[in-house]
Formats: sequence, structure tokens, C-alpha cells
Amino acid sequence: MSNTSGRNQQVVVAGIFTALIVIFIIRLFFVQLIEESYTVSANNNVLRYMTDYPARGMVYDRNGKILAYNQAVYDLMVIPRQVKEIDTLDFCQLLDITKEDFLDKIKKAKTYSRIRPSIFEKQISAETYATLQEKLFKFKGFYVQPRTIRKYPNNTASHVLGYIGEVNDKLIEKNPYYRQGDYIGTSGIEQSYEEELRGIRGIRIVMVDVFNREKGSYKNGAYDTVAIAGANLVATLDANLQAYGEKLMANKIGALVAIEPTTGEILAMISSPSYDPNLLVGRARSKNYGYLLKEPSKPLFNRAMQAYYPPGSTFKLTNALAALQEGIINPMTTFPHSFVVGSKSVHCHGHPPIALEGAIQYSCNPYFCNTFRAFVDNNKFADCETGYNTWRTYQESFGIGNKIGVDLPHELKGLLPTTSLYDKYYGRHHWKASTIYSLGIGQGELGITPLQMANVMCIIANKGYYYTPHIIKKIAGKPNTTRNLGTKHFTKISEENFNVVQDGMQKVVEAGTARVAQFREVVICGKTGTAQNPHGKDHSLFVGFAPRENPRIAIAVMVENAGFGAEWAAPIASLMMEKFMYDSISRPAIEERMMKGNLIHILNNTLEKKSDDVDAQIIGPSLHDFIPELNIGDWNIGQFTVEESTPENKTQNQNKENQRSPLSISEFTFNLIYRIEKNEYFS
Amino acid sequence: MVFFYLGFVLMGWMNIYAAVYNEEHSNIFDMSQNYGKQLMWIGTSMLIAMAILVIDGKFFASFSYPIYGTILLMLLVVLAIAKNVQGARSWIEIGSFKLQPSEFAKFATSMALAKYLSTLNIRMQDTKTKLTAGALILIPMAFVLLQNDTGSALVFCAFIFVLFREGLSQNFLIFGFLGGILFVLALMVPAIILISIIGSIGLLSYILMRKTKKNFFTVALITSLCCGAVFSVDYAYNHILQAHQRERIEVLLGKKSDLKGAGYNVNQSLIAIGSGGFFGKGFLQGTQTKYDFVPEQSTDFIFCTVGEEWGFLGTTIVLLMFLALLYRILFIAERQRSPYTRIYAYGVASIIFFHVMINVGMAIGLAPVIGIPLPFFSYGGSSLWSFTILLFVLIKLDSYRMYVLR
Repeated sequence: MSNTSGRNQQVVVAGIFTALIVIFIIRLFFVQLIEESYTVSANNNVLRYMTDYPARGMVYDRNGKILAYNQAVYDLMVIPRQVKEIDTLDFCQLLDITKEDFLDKIKKAKTYSRIRPSIFEKQISAETYATLQEKLFKFKGFYVQPRTIRKYPNNTASHVLGYIGEVNDKLIEKNPYYRQGDYIGTSGIEQSYEEELRGIRGIRIVMVDVFNREKGSYKNGAYDTVAIAGANLVATLDANLQAYGEKLMANKIGALVAIEPTTGEILAMISSPSYDPNLLVGRARSKNYGYLLKEPSKPLFNRAMQAYYPPGSTFKLTNALAALQEGIINPMTTFPHSFVVGSKSVHCHGHPPIALEGAIQYSCNPYFCNTFRAFVDNNKFADCETGYNTWRTYQESFGIGNKIGVDLPHELKGLLPTTSLYDKYYGRHHWKASTIYSLGIGQGELGITPLQMANVMCIIANKGYYYTPHIIKKIAGKPNTTRNLGTKHFTKISEENFNVVQDGMQKVVEAGTARVAQFREVVICGKTGTAQNPHGKDHSLFVGFAPRENPRIAIAVMVENAGFGAEWAAPIASLMMEKFMYDSISRPAIEERMMKGNLIHILNNTLEKKSDDVDAQIIGPSLHDFIPELNIGDWNIGQFTVEESTPENKTQNQNKENQRSPLSISEFTFNLIYRIEKNEYFS
Repeated sequence: MVFFYLGFVLMGWMNIYAAVYNEEHSNIFDMSQNYGKQLMWIGTSMLIAMAILVIDGKFFASFSYPIYGTILLMLLVVLAIAKNVQGARSWIEIGSFKLQPSEFAKFATSMALAKYLSTLNIRMQDTKTKLTAGALILIPMAFVLLQNDTGSALVFCAFIFVLFREGLSQNFLIFGFLGGILFVLALMVPAIILISIIGSIGLLSYILMRKTKKNFFTVALITSLCCGAVFSVDYAYNHILQAHQRERIEVLLGKKSDLKGAGYNVNQSLIAIGSGGFFGKGFLQGTQTKYDFVPEQSTDFIFCTVGEEWGFLGTTIVLLMFLALLYRILFIAERQRSPYTRIYAYGVASIIFFHVMINVGMAIGLAPVIGIPLPFFSYGGSSLWSFTILLFVLIKLDSYRMYVLR
């Protein structure tokens, strides 16, 4: 053994040592300098992107009253891994849950993750929170995370305000802004002004350790973004008027829309029965939603802009205006006191011979049937189709048969039949004015929403134009520019033709069917309607505006199955006008009678009577066969769907149909409309 | 050498501090935390170092066998009384004080081996010498293996370098190397294919060599040995290795990807090191190690902290420092007149080398996960003491080199 003899070996050993270290350094060179993915993984490991939820914008009424605000609620969170030795009994008592519930929830949380927080109890009340807060230190692994929920302090305008709900997967796919657990407005203002209300989410980047415990902000918050609160909205609604109207409409089925004619601002929009908007907030939401959904009177359904009603006599006004403009009649025109088509005839209620003004005052049916026939069958048109189309264009210019474009979701366009509808039903050239004369008096295949009716009143009050009715005036203190609200929409009727119609409407209130509507020397223009319908007693209808000069409020009131227009709709409308103009009521007796009037039982009977009838399927041929211009998409709005009948159930229904008397087209239409409003809206 | 030592220890301490650092215990002298305790270990190590330097140099040579014997006895005691800690029974508990005798077995074996091989008239070429030396290594190795501390046991393989330096045929090294390759290949390639490859290589080399009878037998022997090895690897792998060890090897070989289970450690370790970049994230700025993504980050995976916080620069410096230390030890070894000191020095170098190879190798995904500490860096009293003793005994012996006659 000598030093020299080991020389070779020494070199080999040193060489092996060197080789290994070199290999390591090369490897480190690749791992640390070349490969990027490790850095990315490191960030994924350690960085958590926490969302800061902005406060949702508040909603005020036109007078600054709060309609919607945010209330703090608290989600009780649990991290299962950290739950140790807690007094389960005490804990359960605090939360008012059973031990089984407790174990169940813990198990659920564990299945999700042992080390990540999950919601143990959603939205615990402030009271529970207060008591819990004091004892929370005893319950390791639990903590409370504040959130906000919507609160509607006045319990009014539920249909207008709408509600918010958690986003679903479909929506997340469609709109990448939203993430699981986010809330989104799904109805009313909450939906149509979602983007303004929701604000801008903030992101906070925090560093976490392997157990997901927060360890502080990343680079001192350099990459964080601050949440920006949603914009506050000012609605056009008058909360007092809205609440008052809801009281008047209580225990009745129907709708009421009041608009300021000079601006198009909607002062009140009521659909009755209504519901407390706070029902659809917070923990009880899904339970309440299910309950409201099952309720036969369909409280979730916004009749003010989704229900199709036959306009009845109120339709005579636009009819007259169209005829005046086209030169079919003039204010002095008279017609015989009856209107006869084959075996059918329409008679007067018995009044002196009259011209247009009187015909409006007395709501003379033959007069307007004759007017309609004179229009459609007029020689100046090549045939009655051209005549009808001309008439129809006039009606359309009043916003009938189309969406008005209100800034609320799910507005429906109503039904103003086209010639092809009649061609389908009667065959081409097999119909003429005398076949469809009932349109002249607002019956037949017409479906008009209360919003459209109120808008027609704005047009008549303004003598020829309207501003798009809308519900939001200001966004974040600035005028609402999201919709085209400042434009006057003109009808095809020239201004002077409105005078005689206004004269007639004034007479209706002063000396005609709606004398009950008078108050305090105000010059009111109005028109009652008593619309026949297939659901039982006539709908009670009133449209009008006041005062005649410088109109401040235009209104349409529809009370279903209530009888004469003068009986319910007219008094309600006039009380609304008085309340808006004077903020007090001079006729307490009428007010009391309206508020106490309970017409719900009538509806219940009707519903029962109808229930075995037309609920399940569209009777007869498929929807498309009859109403081609209604494409299914129109009916398929938001969450509502209408199914078309399939060949199998068609035959089934035809068998059923044979046992009943054949349906007339209007009955068919109304069945359809009734079905849609009754069953198909909230599927 | 002392400077190397101090440098390593200080760096280790800082990195332990960084690895377990959190705001609640930010005092580096906090005794409740690993870095605080490590300071204590460092202190005691210094005392031990001083003691060693004070002791007469001849003591170690004379008492090599008694020390070896004592340690063997302790290993047996451990086997008898030790509690099971993470699957291994390698700790002796004296009060709150824990000792790991297997750490000390390394230096005891170095000494015993040095003592034996430095005896006059010992020739490495003798079969008897080989067997005795082998026994000196294998007995403590077997005891440690019985404690289920595979990592520490494997360290004893490092002594092959010592034997090699002392005249063991290079064939042993080559066979060892070949065996390693065969082991890996046997796991990755089906046996049939591997055997046919070995066979053809054997045939080819015979054809190329002079066709003597002797060559034929040599080639045939090697070839059949290789084939036998392939089969035994399969057997050993499936029957002798434990499940977690199999998994770790499979992960390393890329046969299995299990980032949440067996591969978690290595993957997180690579992420930590990889995210360090060139300059690293800076002292105490490492997010992966500080927030416990990397397990065992103050002991076995301490290298991650170096990689993450000091970057490529830091890791390279540490590795080069280790290389320099190894060179220095080899240099010292070769300047000895006394074979005892030389052999002992080789033992020290081999042990340190093996630790670095496995520890750093596993942190960067080049070696299977075997829990052995990085010398001077990793947290742990026994390990630090053991390396301190190893090194300072060498320093002491080296200081006597002039007095020893050949």
C-alpha cells in the first residue's frame, strides 16, 4: 500500500464525485432555468384568487324612497379538518338544527374537501349571528363569512323589481363573467339592469399554505383589483302610488299600469295577485318560489305586460281614430242602430241617434262594428285584405301587436291578427269584414297587454305620440341613456283627429259609463270596457288619462272576471289618478269598497271549471298551423316554454274535442292565451 | 476545512429557519422551533468538535474496535427497545432527548475499516481480507436495515469507494455500476427482451475478442450472471422491497405518475426548486417551502429551500462547495503517511458523497425518495453530531500526520 499505488484510484474516485456534481448542476440548470412549468405550478400552488363581491346597486323610487337595498347576511363556513372537540349540542341549539342535520352537513362538507372551507349554513340571520359570534371561539373550524342579500323594504312592486338567483351552469357557459355561486338578476329591474347593478368584481390575490390557510397578500396587493359597487338606480315608480294601487287591486286578479304621458315614465305597474318580494330572497327562496309557482292564481306572472286581454270597448278608440284618419268617418258620421250579419246581430243599449262623440260616450257597439266594416270593406281598397292590412297598420302604430320596448324583461307583444291567420282559419278570400267584425269592438282574436293599453292612453293624451314607457330614470345619478327614451314615437294619426275622441272620452266620465270616476272638478278622459272572455264573467276594464289638458297620468286597469268596467276598473283607475294628483282621497266610500272587494273566489271557480278542459295541450292543430307569425321563439321567452302538440297528442285532443262543441277561432285563441298565461309561463 | 464546516452549518441553519419560517415565530433563536433547536445542536456540535480536537490523536486509532463494538451494541439495543417512528425503529429516547445510533454507526464503521485495512500485511487482493472488510461493513448495515431505516443502510454501500482506493479490483465498481443499470433496465424492459439483448452483447463481444477458451468462459459467465440478475431483480423487487419503496422507484422511473400520492414529494420539491429561477426568490421569500407544500422541508428536503430561495446560483454554489470539500478530503487523505488516516478520510468522503448524491438526487428527481439528510444542512441533532465527529476526527488525525511514521 503506497500513496503512489493509489494514484489511479484516487483519480477515479474524484472523477466519480465530479461527474455526479456536474450531472446535478446540469439537471438544476434545466429545472431552474429552462423549464417554465414549475414556476407556473408554484403560483398555482400558492396563489388563491379571492373574489371581492361588490355591493349591488340600490334602487330608489322617483321620490327617493328606497325600493331595494342590500342587507348583510352571514354564511357559516366550516373547514372539516379543523373541527375538533366542539360541544355539538350547544352548537345545534344555537343554529336550531338537529344532531343528524349537523352530522349530515359535516359529512357533506368533508366529501367536498377536508381542508377547504365550505358553506355549513347559508345566510344565517343577524340574530343568530350575534349569539353565534360570542361563542364562535368555542367551535373550532367554523367561521362566518359576510355576504349581502337583497332586501325590499316596502314590500311593493315585486314584479317590477324582480329577483336575483344563483347562476346556473348554462349561463356560466354563455357568459364568462359569471362564476359558480354568483348571483344574477333573473326578473324585473334586477334582470334588465343587471350589468349596471352588479358592479365590477374585485380580485384579491392571497398566498395560502398547503392547508389552504391564508398567509397574506401577494406582493402587497400590487395585482389586486378593487371591487366597484353597482350603480344606484332611480326608478320612475312612485312607491306610494304603487303601494296604494296594490291595496286597491288586492284580492283581485288583474293588472294596472299608470304612465306619465309627457315622459313615458311608468308611475305604477301592478300585477295582481302579487307577492312580497322578500319571499324570493335568502334561505327560504327556493321553498317560496315553489309555493308561488304552484299557486293557481299565478302570482309570479306579470300580467301587466305578459297577459293578453281582449281590450273590449276600450279598443273602439283606436278603431275610431284609424277610421277618422283614413277618412272613413268624420266626427258627424252616424250609423244605424243595429249591425246585422246573417243570423247574428249587434244592438244598441238604447240611446238617441248619435255621431262619433256620442258613440264613444255610450260605447255604441253597432256604431263601431259598422265603422270597422266600412273601413275594411271600403271601395278604396282593392279587396278586404288590403283594407284589413291598412287598418292593422294603424293599430300597430299605437304599439299594439308589438313589443313596446319597456326596459323590463319578458315583455310579450300581444296578438293583433294578420290576414294569414284568417286565411289559415277561413281559407283565402273566404273572410271579410263581416266575418271578423268583432275586432271593431275589441273582441275576437285580440290580445293586448295592460302596458299597451296604458301606452295607447298616453298617445291619446299627447294627441299622437308616445315616449317609450320605461321604469328606470337615472343610473348612478345620470339620466338613463341605455335605452332610446327621449324619442317621440308618432302614430299615423294627425293631431286634430284626437280632439273628437277626447271629447267623447270626457263625456264618458261626465255623462257616460264611467261617471263613478269623477273627482274634484278634474277633467278626466276615460273609456270603460267590459270584455267578454271564455273564462267566465266579463273582464272589467278602464283606460283613461287626467287631466285632459296637460295630462299628468295615463292609466289602464284590468280586473279579470269582475263584470262591468264601471263596476271595478273605473273606480280603481280614478282613485289612482286622485291619489297621484292630490295624494289624498275625497271619496272614502268608493275607496273602501274597492279595497274590500274580493273577487278571488270568482277566479277559483273559473279555474276549477276550466281545469279539466284545456290545460294539458293545445287543442286542435299545432300552434304553427294557426298563428304562423307567432314563431315559437316569441313564446319561448326566458324560462317560459310552450310545447307544440305532437301527432299523438293531437289525435287524443281531437277525440276530446269531438265530445265538445267545436271551438270558434276566438275561443281557440283565448284558450291558447289562457293556457299560456295559466300554465306555461313558469315551467 | 473548518471554514467549510462552519459555512455549511450556518447555511443549513438559515435554510431551516427559512423553511419553517412563519410570522408567529420570527425570532431565529426561538427554541420551540426547528431552527432554534438546530442552533442548540450546532452549539453542542461545536463542543464535540473541541473535545475531539483536545483528545490525543492516537486515541481514535487505538479505540477503533471498541467504538465499533459499542455502536453495534447500541444498534442492537435500538432494535430491542426503540419505538416505531414513521415506520422505522431507529431512535433511542433518553428523556426528551432522542438519538439515532445509525448515524454514528457510519463513523464507527469508517474507523473500524481503517483500523483493519491499515494493519500490516493486509492485502486487498486476499479473499480473506475482502471477506473481513465486507463483514465489517455489512454487519452494521444489516442491523440498520433491520431497523427499517433503508436510507441509512444504503449509505454503507459508499464504503465500496474506500475498498476500491485500497486496492479492490475495479471490477467491483464496474459490476456495481453494471448492476445498477441492470436493475433499472430490468424494471423498465420486459425480462425476455433484456435477456436477449444481454445474450447478443455477450455473443458479439466473444466474436470480437480473441476466441480463446478463457475468454469464452468469461463472457459466458458474465452473460449468465447478468441474466440471473435480471430474474433476481424481478423477484427482489416484488418480494423484498416494501410497497412504498416500489412506488417511489416507479415514480422515479416514470412508470407511474402519482402527483398526489407517492410522487407528491418529488413533484412539489421540483416545483419549489424550479420556481427559484436563477437568483431565487430571496431569503425568506420562498412560498412553496415556507407554506409547507414541500414535506419534510427542514430535514430531507432542505435542498428545496436552497433551490427556491437562492435559485440556480445558490444550488450551484452549494454543490460546488460540497465538491470542493470532497476534493479537500481526498487531498488530505493522499498526503497522509498513516494508512489509517487515509482510509478513514476516504470513508468520510464516501459517506458525505453518498448523502449528497441521494439527498440532492431525490430533491431534483434523479434518485428515489430515500430519507437521508444532507450533510451539515438538514435539521437533526444526531446527523449533525455524526458529521461533525466524522469531520473533526479527520481534522485531528490530519494534524498528527507529521508524527506518524510509515
